[in-house]
Amino acid sequence: MKRILVGIKRVVDYNVRIRVKPDASGVITEGVKMSVNPFDEIALEEALRIKERGAAEEVIVASIGPADCQQQLRTCLAMGADRALHVQSDGIVEPLVAARILLKLVEREQPFLVILGKQAIDDDNSQTGQMLAALWQRPQATFASKVQLDGDKARVTREVDAGLETLEVDLPAVITTDLRLNEPRYVKLPDIMKAKKKPLETLTLSSLGVEQRQRLKLARFEPPPQRQKGIKVKDAAELVATLKSKGLL
Amino acid sequence: MSSRILIVAEHDGAHLNPSTAKCVTCAAAIPDAEITIVVAAAQAAAVASEAAALKGVTHVLAVEHPSNAHLLAATLAPQIAALAGPFTHVLGPSTTFGKDLMPRVAALLDTPQISDIMAVESATRFRRPIYAGNAIVTVEVDAGAKVVGTVRTASFQAAATGGSAAVEKASVNAEIPAHTRFVSVSAAKSDRPDLQTASRVVSGGRALGSAEAFQKTLYGLADRLGAAVGASRAAVDAGYAPNELQVGQTGKIIAPELYIAIGISGAIQHLTGIKDARTIVAINKDGEAPIFEVADVGLVGDLFQIIPELERLLGN
Repeated sequence: MKRILVGIKRVVDYNVRIRVKPDASGVITEGVKMSVNPFDEIALEEALRIKERGAAEEVIVASIGPADCQQQLRTCLAMGADRALHVQSDGIVEPLVAARILLKLVEREQPFLVILGKQAIDDDNSQTGQMLAALWQRPQATFASKVQLDGDKARVTREVDAGLETLEVDLPAVITTDLRLNEPRYVKLPDIMKAKKKPLETLTLSSLGVEQRQRLKLARFEPPPQRQKGIKVKDAAELVATLKSKGLL
Repeated sequence: MSSRILIVAEHDGAHLNPSTAKCVTCAAAIPDAEITIVVAAAQAAAVASEAAALKGVTHVLAVEHPSNAHLLAATLAPQIAALAGPFTHVLGPSTTFGKDLMPRVAALLDTPQISDIMAVESATRFRRPIYAGNAIVTVEVDAGAKVVGTVRTASFQAAATGGSAAVEKASVNAEIPAHTRFVSVSAAKSDRPDLQTASRVVSGGRALGSAEAFQKTLYGLADRLGAAVGASRAAVDAGYAPNELQVGQTGKIIAPELYIAIGISGAIQHLTGIKDARTIVAINKDGEAPIFEVADVGLVGDLFQIIPELERLLGN
Protein backbone atom coordinates (compact mmCIF):
# COMPACT_ATOMS: atom_id res chain seq x y z
CA MET A 1 0.00 0.00 0.00
CA LYS A 2 1.27 3.49 -0.85
CA ARG A 3 1.47 5.24 2.50
CA ILE A 4 2.43 8.67 3.71
CA LEU A 5 3.54 9.11 7.30
CA VAL A 6 2.94 12.54 8.85
CA GLY A 7 4.48 13.52 12.18
CA ILE A 8 2.64 16.01 14.36
CA LYS A 9 3.50 17.70 17.63
CA ARG A 10 1.19 19.04 20.32
CA VAL A 11 2.38 22.58 21.10
CA VAL A 12 1.21 25.69 22.90
CA ASP A 13 -1.15 27.46 20.50
CA TYR A 14 0.55 30.17 18.47
CA ASN A 15 -1.78 32.84 19.86
CA VAL A 16 -0.89 32.19 23.50
CA ARG A 17 1.32 34.76 25.17
CA ILE A 18 4.28 32.80 26.51
CA ARG A 19 5.25 33.22 30.15
CA VAL A 20 8.31 31.81 31.88
CA LYS A 21 7.80 30.14 35.27
CA PRO A 22 9.00 32.28 38.19
CA ASP A 23 11.47 29.56 39.25
CA ALA A 24 13.08 29.59 35.76
CA SER A 25 12.36 25.87 35.33
CA GLY A 26 10.36 26.19 32.14
CA VAL A 27 7.53 27.86 30.28
CA ILE A 28 3.99 27.79 31.69
CA THR A 29 2.03 25.19 29.73
CA GLU A 30 -0.61 24.33 32.34
CA GLY A 31 -4.06 25.67 31.53
CA VAL A 32 -3.05 27.15 28.16
CA LYS A 33 -4.55 26.25 24.80
CA MET A 34 -2.71 23.49 23.00
CA SER A 35 -2.85 22.84 19.26
CA VAL A 36 -1.33 20.88 16.44
CA ASN A 37 1.94 22.59 15.48
CA PRO A 38 0.91 24.80 12.51
CA PHE A 39 3.66 23.50 10.23
CA ASP A 40 2.51 19.94 10.95
CA GLU A 41 -1.04 20.83 9.94
CA ILE A 42 0.41 21.95 6.62
CA ALA A 43 2.25 18.61 6.42
CA LEU A 44 -0.98 16.71 6.96
CA GLU A 45 -2.87 18.86 4.44
CA GLU A 46 -0.23 18.10 1.81
CA ALA A 47 -0.46 14.37 2.50
CA LEU A 48 -4.24 14.49 2.23
CA ARG A 49 -4.06 16.34 -1.08
CA ILE A 50 -1.61 13.79 -2.45
CA LYS A 51 -3.99 11.01 -1.42
CA GLU A 52 -6.98 12.84 -2.91
CA ARG A 53 -5.09 13.09 -6.21
CA GLY A 54 -4.75 9.30 -6.15
CA ALA A 55 -0.99 9.27 -5.59
CA ALA A 56 -1.25 7.68 -2.14
CA GLU A 57 -3.62 5.19 -0.57
CA GLU A 58 -3.25 5.82 3.15
CA VAL A 59 -2.24 8.72 5.38
CA ILE A 60 -0.92 7.80 8.83
CA VAL A 61 -0.45 10.47 11.43
CA ALA A 62 1.92 9.95 14.36
CA SER A 63 2.67 11.91 17.51
CA ILE A 64 5.11 11.44 20.37
CA GLY A 65 4.17 12.66 23.83
CA PRO A 66 1.84 12.28 26.79
CA ALA A 67 -1.70 10.88 26.57
CA ASP A 68 -3.04 14.38 25.85
CA CYS A 69 -1.52 14.16 22.35
CA GLN A 70 -4.45 11.98 21.43
CA GLN A 71 -6.62 15.12 21.25
CA GLN A 72 -4.41 16.50 18.50
CA LEU A 73 -4.29 13.11 16.77
CA ARG A 74 -8.12 13.06 16.77
CA THR A 75 -8.07 16.52 15.17
CA CYS A 76 -5.82 15.11 12.46
CA LEU A 77 -8.12 12.13 11.95
CA ALA A 78 -11.00 14.58 11.60
CA MET A 79 -9.00 16.48 8.98
CA GLY A 80 -8.83 13.23 7.02
CA ALA A 81 -5.94 11.05 8.17
CA ASP A 82 -6.83 7.34 7.98
CA ARG A 83 -5.26 6.20 11.24
CA ALA A 84 -3.13 7.46 14.08
CA LEU A 85 -0.13 6.24 16.03
CA HIS A 86 0.50 7.64 19.49
CA VAL A 87 3.95 6.99 20.92
CA GLN A 88 3.55 7.41 24.66
CA SER A 89 6.27 9.48 26.32
CA ASP A 90 6.03 11.77 29.31
CA GLY A 91 9.49 13.32 29.43
CA ILE A 92 11.38 15.66 27.15
CA VAL A 93 11.85 14.14 23.70
CA GLU A 94 14.88 15.63 22.00
CA PRO A 95 14.77 15.84 18.19
CA LEU A 96 17.32 13.05 17.77
CA VAL A 97 15.17 10.76 19.92
CA ALA A 98 12.06 11.81 17.98
CA ALA A 99 13.90 10.96 14.76
CA ARG A 100 14.82 7.51 16.12
CA ILE A 101 11.19 6.88 17.07
CA LEU A 102 9.98 8.02 13.65
CA LEU A 103 12.54 5.73 12.02
CA LYS A 104 10.99 2.79 13.89
CA LEU A 105 7.56 3.84 12.62
CA VAL A 106 8.98 4.12 9.11
CA GLU A 107 10.38 0.59 9.34
CA ARG A 108 7.00 -0.65 10.53
CA GLU A 109 4.79 1.20 8.04
CA GLN A 110 7.09 1.44 5.00
CA PRO A 111 5.83 4.83 3.75
CA PHE A 112 7.05 6.18 0.40
CA LEU A 113 6.96 9.67 1.86
CA VAL A 114 7.33 11.19 5.32
CA ILE A 115 6.09 14.76 5.73
CA LEU A 116 6.87 16.82 8.83
CA GLY A 117 6.62 20.48 9.72
CA LYS A 118 9.88 22.38 9.21
CA GLN A 119 9.96 23.32 12.89
CA ALA A 120 7.80 23.16 15.98
CA ILE A 121 6.83 26.59 17.25
CA ASP A 122 7.71 25.73 20.87
CA ASP A 123 11.37 24.65 20.72
CA ASP A 124 11.99 26.19 17.26
CA ASN A 125 14.65 23.51 16.73
CA SER A 126 14.05 22.64 13.07
CA GLN A 127 15.95 19.35 13.35
CA THR A 128 13.73 16.27 13.40
CA GLY A 129 13.07 15.87 9.66
CA GLN A 130 16.72 16.26 8.73
CA MET A 131 17.78 13.83 11.47
CA LEU A 132 15.23 11.24 10.36
CA ALA A 133 16.46 11.52 6.77
CA ALA A 134 20.06 11.00 7.96
CA LEU A 135 19.24 7.95 10.09
CA TRP A 136 17.04 6.51 7.30
CA GLN A 137 19.79 7.30 4.76
CA ARG A 138 17.20 8.85 2.49
CA PRO A 139 16.85 12.29 0.81
CA GLN A 140 15.53 15.33 2.60
CA ALA A 141 13.75 18.29 1.07
CA THR A 142 13.26 20.84 3.82
CA PHE A 143 11.24 24.09 3.90
CA ALA A 144 9.07 22.94 0.98
CA SER A 145 6.72 25.37 -0.75
CA LYS A 146 5.77 23.05 -3.63
CA VAL A 147 5.80 19.27 -3.98
CA GLN A 148 5.34 17.46 -7.28
CA LEU A 149 5.40 13.66 -7.32
CA ASP A 150 6.49 11.88 -10.47
CA GLY A 151 6.65 8.09 -10.15
CA ASP A 152 9.52 7.15 -7.88
CA LYS A 153 10.79 10.74 -7.68
CA ALA A 154 9.66 14.01 -6.21
CA ARG A 155 10.45 17.51 -7.34
CA VAL A 156 10.39 19.86 -4.38
CA THR A 157 10.64 23.65 -4.37
CA ARG A 158 12.24 24.96 -1.19
CA GLU A 159 12.14 28.40 0.40
CA VAL A 160 15.79 29.29 0.94
CA ASP A 161 17.56 32.53 1.81
CA ALA A 162 18.42 33.18 -1.84
CA GLY A 163 14.86 32.63 -3.07
CA LEU A 164 13.42 29.35 -4.31
CA GLU A 165 15.51 26.23 -4.82
CA THR A 166 14.26 23.14 -6.61
CA LEU A 167 15.56 19.66 -5.81
CA GLU A 168 14.79 16.30 -7.32
CA VAL A 169 14.80 13.46 -4.82
CA ASP A 170 14.34 9.71 -5.13
CA LEU A 171 11.52 8.26 -3.05
CA PRO A 172 11.18 7.38 -0.27
CA ALA A 173 12.17 10.73 1.15
CA VAL A 174 11.52 13.14 4.00
CA ILE A 175 9.87 16.48 3.23
CA THR A 176 9.49 19.30 5.75
CA THR A 177 6.90 21.98 5.10
CA ASP A 178 7.14 25.74 4.94
CA LEU A 179 4.21 28.12 5.41
CA ARG A 180 3.22 28.64 1.82
CA LEU A 181 2.97 25.00 0.78
CA ASN A 182 -0.78 25.02 1.29
CA GLU A 183 -3.57 26.29 3.49
CA PRO A 184 -4.89 23.55 5.77
CA ARG A 185 -8.60 22.77 5.62
CA TYR A 186 -11.00 23.40 8.46
CA VAL A 187 -12.38 20.46 10.36
CA LYS A 188 -16.14 19.98 9.98
CA LEU A 189 -18.33 18.72 12.80
CA PRO A 190 -19.44 15.46 11.11
CA ASP A 191 -15.76 14.65 10.51
CA ILE A 192 -15.06 15.04 14.22
CA MET A 193 -17.74 12.42 14.90
CA LYS A 194 -16.33 10.10 12.23
CA ALA A 195 -12.81 10.56 13.57
CA LYS A 196 -13.84 8.97 16.87
CA LYS A 197 -14.24 5.66 15.07
CA LYS A 198 -10.92 5.78 13.23
CA PRO A 199 -8.10 3.59 14.58
CA LEU A 200 -5.69 5.16 17.08
CA GLU A 201 -2.96 2.85 18.31
CA THR A 202 -0.77 3.58 21.30
CA LEU A 203 2.82 2.39 21.30
CA THR A 204 5.50 2.54 23.98
CA LEU A 205 9.14 3.47 23.60
CA SER A 206 10.16 0.09 24.98
CA SER A 207 8.00 -1.76 22.43
CA LEU A 208 9.74 0.26 19.71
CA GLY A 209 13.15 -0.34 21.29
CA VAL A 210 14.08 3.33 21.60
CA GLU A 211 15.78 4.72 24.67
CA GLN A 212 14.59 8.14 25.82
CA ARG A 213 17.92 9.77 26.53
CA GLN A 214 17.99 13.44 27.38
CA ARG A 215 21.44 14.74 26.59
CA LEU A 216 20.81 18.47 26.58
CA LYS A 217 20.24 19.80 30.07
CA LEU A 218 17.83 22.74 30.08
CA ALA A 219 19.50 24.64 32.88
CA ARG A 220 17.33 27.74 33.09
CA PHE A 221 14.56 29.64 31.31
CA GLU A 222 14.29 33.42 31.21
CA PRO A 223 12.05 35.96 29.56
CA PRO A 224 13.79 37.86 26.77
CA PRO A 225 15.16 41.33 27.46
CA GLN A 226 12.44 43.92 26.83
CA ARG A 227 12.97 46.83 24.50
CA GLN A 228 12.36 50.21 26.07
CA LYS A 229 9.17 51.86 24.97
CA GLY A 230 9.96 54.53 22.42
CA ILE A 231 8.59 57.90 21.43
CA LYS A 232 5.92 58.98 18.97
CA VAL A 233 6.56 61.67 16.40
CA LYS A 234 3.84 63.67 14.69
CA ASP A 235 4.97 63.74 11.07
CA ALA A 236 7.61 62.82 8.51
CA ALA A 237 9.66 65.95 9.19
CA GLU A 238 9.91 65.19 12.90
CA LEU A 239 10.80 61.57 12.09
CA VAL A 240 13.68 62.65 9.88
CA ALA A 241 14.87 65.12 12.51
CA THR A 242 14.74 62.44 15.22
CA LEU A 243 16.69 59.94 13.14
CA LYS A 244 19.28 62.60 12.29
CA SER A 245 19.69 63.44 15.98
CA LYS A 246 20.32 59.74 16.68
CA GLY A 247 22.99 59.73 13.97
CA LEU A 248 21.00 57.27 11.88
CA LEU A 249 20.67 59.43 8.78
CA MET B 1 41.58 21.87 27.62
CA SER B 2 41.29 23.74 24.37
CA SER B 3 38.23 23.57 22.17
CA ARG B 4 38.75 22.55 18.58
CA ILE B 5 35.98 24.08 16.53
CA LEU B 6 35.00 23.22 12.98
CA ILE B 7 32.86 25.77 11.15
CA VAL B 8 31.09 24.80 7.94
CA ALA B 9 31.48 27.63 5.44
CA GLU B 10 28.42 28.89 3.61
CA HIS B 11 29.25 30.21 0.16
CA ASP B 12 27.98 30.46 -3.41
CA GLY B 13 31.05 28.99 -5.07
CA ALA B 14 32.69 32.39 -5.55
CA HIS B 15 32.36 34.21 -2.22
CA LEU B 16 31.99 33.38 1.43
CA ASN B 17 28.58 34.23 2.88
CA PRO B 18 28.84 36.79 5.73
CA SER B 19 27.13 34.27 8.03
CA THR B 20 30.41 32.37 8.22
CA ALA B 21 32.27 35.35 9.72
CA LYS B 22 29.54 35.55 12.37
CA CYS B 23 30.03 31.89 13.22
CA VAL B 24 33.73 32.69 13.73
CA THR B 25 32.82 35.35 16.31
CA CYS B 26 30.55 32.88 18.11
CA ALA B 27 33.30 30.24 18.03
CA ALA B 28 35.87 32.73 19.33
CA ALA B 29 33.66 33.27 22.41
CA ILE B 30 34.26 29.64 23.40
CA PRO B 31 37.22 29.51 25.82
CA ASP B 32 40.56 28.45 24.29
CA ALA B 33 39.04 28.12 20.84
CA GLU B 34 41.12 26.83 17.96
CA ILE B 35 39.04 27.56 14.87
CA THR B 36 39.02 25.67 11.59
CA ILE B 37 36.76 26.47 8.64
CA VAL B 38 35.88 23.78 6.13
CA VAL B 39 35.12 24.99 2.61
CA ALA B 40 33.41 22.31 0.55
CA ALA B 41 33.17 23.26 -3.11
CA ALA B 42 33.82 22.01 -6.61
CA GLN B 43 36.74 24.44 -6.65
CA ALA B 44 37.47 25.88 -3.26
CA ALA B 45 40.47 28.20 -3.72
CA ALA B 46 38.67 31.56 -3.92
CA VAL B 47 36.32 30.94 -1.01
CA ALA B 48 39.08 29.29 1.04
CA SER B 49 41.26 32.38 0.74
CA GLU B 50 38.39 34.56 2.00
CA ALA B 51 37.92 32.17 4.92
CA ALA B 52 41.64 32.23 5.67
CA ALA B 53 41.53 36.02 5.97
CA LEU B 54 39.06 35.95 8.86
CA LYS B 55 40.74 36.90 12.14
CA GLY B 56 40.78 34.12 14.70
CA VAL B 57 40.80 31.29 12.17
CA THR B 58 43.87 29.07 12.29
CA HIS B 59 43.13 26.48 9.63
CA VAL B 60 41.04 26.24 6.49
CA LEU B 61 40.25 22.85 5.03
CA ALA B 62 39.40 22.87 1.33
CA VAL B 63 37.31 19.86 0.35
CA GLU B 64 36.95 19.70 -3.40
CA HIS B 65 34.49 17.32 -5.02
CA PRO B 66 32.27 17.67 -8.11
CA SER B 67 29.20 16.98 -5.94
CA ASN B 68 29.98 20.14 -3.97
CA ALA B 69 29.15 22.41 -6.91
CA HIS B 70 25.79 22.87 -5.16
CA LEU B 71 25.85 22.42 -1.42
CA LEU B 72 23.09 19.95 -0.60
CA ALA B 73 22.61 18.61 2.91
CA ALA B 74 22.38 15.01 1.76
CA THR B 75 25.73 15.08 -0.05
CA LEU B 76 27.56 17.47 2.24
CA ALA B 77 26.60 15.99 5.62
CA PRO B 78 28.58 12.73 5.24
CA GLN B 79 31.67 14.75 4.30
CA ILE B 80 31.37 17.02 7.33
CA ALA B 81 30.68 14.06 9.60
CA ALA B 82 33.80 12.34 8.27
CA LEU B 83 35.91 15.39 9.12
CA ALA B 84 34.33 15.99 12.54
CA GLY B 85 36.21 13.31 14.49
CA PRO B 86 38.95 15.40 16.13
CA PHE B 87 36.75 18.44 16.78
CA THR B 88 34.94 19.28 20.02
CA HIS B 89 32.42 21.60 18.33
CA VAL B 90 30.92 21.62 14.82
CA LEU B 91 29.12 24.85 13.97
CA GLY B 92 27.19 26.22 11.02
CA PRO B 93 25.08 29.34 10.53
CA SER B 94 21.39 29.36 11.37
CA THR B 95 20.54 30.28 7.80
CA THR B 96 18.49 28.00 5.56
CA PHE B 97 21.82 26.44 4.50
CA GLY B 98 22.87 25.61 8.06
CA LYS B 99 19.40 24.71 9.28
CA ASP B 100 19.11 22.17 6.48
CA LEU B 101 22.61 20.74 6.87
CA MET B 102 23.59 20.69 10.53
CA PRO B 103 20.89 18.38 11.96
CA ARG B 104 21.83 15.84 9.30
CA VAL B 105 25.46 16.12 10.43
CA ALA B 106 24.42 15.84 14.08
CA ALA B 107 22.40 12.68 13.44
CA LEU B 108 25.31 11.07 11.56
CA LEU B 109 27.51 11.86 14.58
CA ASP B 110 24.83 10.61 17.02
CA THR B 111 24.96 14.01 18.73
CA PRO B 112 22.08 16.25 19.76
CA GLN B 113 22.10 19.70 18.16
CA ILE B 114 21.86 23.10 19.80
CA SER B 115 19.97 25.35 17.35
CA ASP B 116 20.24 29.14 17.12
CA ILE B 117 23.05 29.75 19.62
CA MET B 118 22.70 33.41 20.67
CA ALA B 119 25.30 33.47 23.47
CA VAL B 120 28.19 31.34 24.67
CA GLU B 121 28.52 30.86 28.44
CA SER B 122 31.21 28.18 28.35
CA ALA B 123 32.44 25.41 26.06
CA THR B 124 29.43 23.34 27.13
CA ARG B 125 26.81 25.97 28.00
CA PHE B 126 24.88 28.10 25.50
CA ARG B 127 21.81 30.30 25.36
CA ARG B 128 19.17 30.06 22.65
CA PRO B 129 15.72 31.53 21.97
CA ILE B 130 12.58 29.37 22.00
CA TYR B 131 8.89 30.12 21.45
CA ALA B 132 9.65 32.69 18.74
CA GLY B 133 12.08 34.44 21.06
CA ASN B 134 9.55 34.79 23.88
CA ALA B 135 11.78 32.77 26.18
CA ILE B 136 15.52 32.18 26.36
CA VAL B 137 16.81 28.80 27.51
CA THR B 138 20.30 27.99 28.75
CA VAL B 139 21.33 24.59 27.39
CA GLU B 140 24.16 22.52 28.78
CA VAL B 141 25.86 19.38 27.50
CA ASP B 142 28.05 17.02 29.51
CA ALA B 143 31.74 17.91 29.59
CA GLY B 144 33.53 15.97 26.88
CA ALA B 145 30.43 15.54 24.70
CA LYS B 146 30.70 16.78 21.14
CA VAL B 147 28.64 19.91 20.41
CA VAL B 148 26.87 20.40 17.09
CA GLY B 149 25.16 23.75 16.78
CA THR B 150 23.80 26.44 14.54
CA VAL B 151 24.69 30.06 15.22
CA ARG B 152 22.00 32.73 15.32
CA THR B 153 23.76 35.18 13.03
CA ALA B 154 21.85 38.25 14.27
CA SER B 155 23.47 37.77 17.70
CA PHE B 156 27.08 38.07 16.54
CA GLN B 157 29.13 40.65 14.66
CA ALA B 158 31.14 39.43 11.71
CA ALA B 159 34.77 38.58 12.52
CA ALA B 160 37.25 41.10 11.13
CA THR B 161 39.50 40.31 8.20
CA GLY B 162 43.27 40.57 8.17
CA GLY B 163 44.06 37.06 9.37
CA SER B 164 46.17 34.59 7.46
CA ALA B 165 45.21 31.03 8.26
CA ALA B 166 46.87 28.11 6.53
CA VAL B 167 44.79 26.57 3.74
CA GLU B 168 45.16 22.86 3.17
CA LYS B 169 43.35 20.49 0.88
CA ALA B 170 41.56 17.74 2.72
CA SER B 171 40.40 14.49 1.22
CA VAL B 172 37.34 12.99 2.75
CA ASN B 173 36.50 9.35 3.00
CA ALA B 174 32.73 9.47 2.75
CA GLU B 175 30.10 7.81 0.62
CA ILE B 176 28.26 10.54 -1.24
CA PRO B 177 24.68 9.57 -2.12
CA ALA B 178 23.17 10.21 -5.55
CA HIS B 179 19.55 10.22 -4.37
CA THR B 180 19.28 14.01 -4.10
CA ARG B 181 19.88 16.26 -7.11
CA PHE B 182 20.00 20.01 -7.53
CA VAL B 183 17.67 21.29 -10.24
CA SER B 184 17.65 25.07 -10.03
CA VAL B 185 17.61 28.13 -7.81
CA SER B 186 15.73 31.31 -8.59
CA ALA B 187 18.37 33.99 -8.76
CA ALA B 188 16.53 37.17 -7.86
CA LYS B 189 19.52 39.42 -8.47
CA SER B 190 19.25 42.92 -7.17
CA ASP B 191 21.62 45.82 -6.67
CA ARG B 192 20.19 46.48 -3.23
CA PRO B 193 22.03 45.53 -0.05
CA ASP B 194 21.49 42.00 1.21
CA LEU B 195 18.65 41.79 3.71
CA GLN B 196 20.61 39.70 6.20
CA THR B 197 23.60 41.99 6.43
CA ALA B 198 22.23 45.44 5.54
CA SER B 199 22.67 48.19 8.12
CA ARG B 200 19.33 49.69 7.07
CA VAL B 201 16.15 47.82 6.22
CA VAL B 202 12.81 49.16 4.97
CA SER B 203 10.10 46.58 5.46
CA GLY B 204 6.49 46.48 4.30
CA GLY B 205 3.33 44.73 5.42
CA ARG B 206 -0.13 43.95 4.23
CA ALA B 207 -1.20 47.58 4.43
CA LEU B 208 0.73 48.22 1.21
CA GLY B 209 -2.26 46.59 -0.47
CA SER B 210 -0.71 45.30 -3.70
CA ALA B 211 2.55 44.17 -5.26
CA GLU B 212 2.61 47.37 -7.32
CA ALA B 213 2.20 49.58 -4.27
CA PHE B 214 4.84 47.54 -2.42
CA GLN B 215 7.32 48.10 -5.25
CA LYS B 216 6.46 51.73 -5.83
CA THR B 217 6.23 52.84 -2.21
CA LEU B 218 8.98 50.84 -0.53
CA TYR B 219 11.67 50.52 -3.14
CA GLY B 220 11.94 54.25 -3.72
CA LEU B 221 12.43 54.90 -0.03
CA ALA B 222 14.85 51.97 0.28
CA ASP B 223 16.92 53.38 -2.59
CA ARG B 224 17.04 56.80 -0.95
CA LEU B 225 18.35 55.22 2.24
CA GLY B 226 20.60 52.62 0.61
CA ALA B 227 18.50 50.10 2.50
CA ALA B 228 17.58 46.48 1.93
CA VAL B 229 13.90 45.64 1.53
CA GLY B 230 12.06 43.25 3.83
CA ALA B 231 8.47 42.12 4.23
CA SER B 232 6.09 40.69 6.79
CA ARG B 233 4.69 37.21 6.37
CA ALA B 234 1.29 38.71 5.49
CA ALA B 235 2.83 40.69 2.63
CA VAL B 236 4.63 37.62 1.29
CA ASP B 237 1.55 35.42 1.66
CA ALA B 238 -0.46 38.02 -0.26
CA GLY B 239 2.10 37.93 -3.07
CA TYR B 240 3.32 41.51 -2.63
CA ALA B 241 6.92 40.39 -2.10
CA PRO B 242 8.98 37.23 -2.76
CA ASN B 243 9.61 34.75 0.07
CA GLU B 244 13.29 35.63 0.46
CA LEU B 245 12.27 39.02 1.83
CA GLN B 246 10.27 37.60 4.75
CA VAL B 247 11.45 38.73 8.17
CA GLY B 248 10.38 36.84 11.30
CA GLN B 249 10.32 33.57 13.20
CA THR B 250 10.12 31.51 10.05
CA GLY B 251 11.85 33.95 7.74
CA LYS B 252 15.03 35.92 8.29
CA ILE B 253 16.23 37.07 11.69
CA ILE B 254 18.05 40.36 11.18
CA ALA B 255 19.92 42.95 13.22
CA PRO B 256 20.23 46.16 11.21
CA GLU B 257 21.15 49.55 12.69
CA LEU B 258 17.85 50.95 11.42
CA TYR B 259 14.65 49.01 10.74
CA ILE B 260 11.67 50.89 9.30
CA ALA B 261 8.43 48.89 9.53
CA ILE B 262 5.81 50.30 7.19
CA GLY B 263 2.23 49.11 7.41
CA ILE B 264 3.29 46.15 9.57
CA SER B 265 1.06 45.48 12.59
CA GLY B 266 3.78 43.56 14.43
CA ALA B 267 2.71 39.97 15.11
CA ILE B 268 4.95 38.22 17.67
CA GLN B 269 6.29 36.06 14.85
CA HIS B 270 7.45 39.19 13.00
CA LEU B 271 8.88 40.92 16.08
CA THR B 272 11.13 37.94 16.79
CA GLY B 273 12.91 38.67 13.52
CA ILE B 274 13.77 42.27 14.39
CA LYS B 275 14.44 42.24 18.15
CA ASP B 276 18.14 42.81 17.61
CA ALA B 277 17.70 45.86 15.40
CA ARG B 278 19.35 48.86 17.04
CA THR B 279 16.56 51.30 16.19
CA ILE B 280 13.07 50.32 15.10
CA VAL B 281 10.84 52.87 13.38
CA ALA B 282 7.16 52.06 12.87
CA ILE B 283 4.79 53.79 10.50
CA ASN B 284 1.23 52.56 10.79
CA LYS B 285 -2.23 54.08 10.64
CA ASP B 286 -3.38 52.03 13.65
CA GLY B 287 -1.95 53.68 16.76
CA GLU B 288 -2.78 50.56 18.78
CA ALA B 289 -0.77 48.19 16.55
CA PRO B 290 1.63 45.97 18.56
CA ILE B 291 4.57 47.19 16.48
CA PHE B 292 4.49 50.40 18.52
CA GLU B 293 5.26 48.37 21.67
CA VAL B 294 8.76 47.70 20.37
CA ALA B 295 9.32 50.73 18.15
CA ASP B 296 11.87 53.31 19.28
CA VAL B 297 10.19 55.88 17.08
CA GLY B 298 6.56 55.61 16.05
CA LEU B 299 4.56 57.61 13.55
CA VAL B 300 0.81 57.09 13.31
CA GLY B 301 -0.61 58.00 9.93
CA ASP B 302 -1.31 57.08 6.34
CA LEU B 303 1.78 55.51 4.85
CA PHE B 304 0.76 56.58 1.34
CA GLN B 305 1.12 60.19 2.43
CA ILE B 306 4.05 59.76 4.81
CA ILE B 307 6.38 57.78 2.55
CA PRO B 308 6.39 60.25 -0.39
CA GLU B 309 6.91 63.04 2.14
CA LEU B 310 9.84 61.12 3.69
CA GLU B 311 11.35 60.57 0.27
CA ARG B 312 11.07 64.29 -0.47
CA LEU B 313 12.72 65.21 2.85
CA LEU B 314 15.51 62.68 2.36
CA GLY B 315 16.09 63.89 -1.16
CA ASN B 316 17.06 67.34 0.05
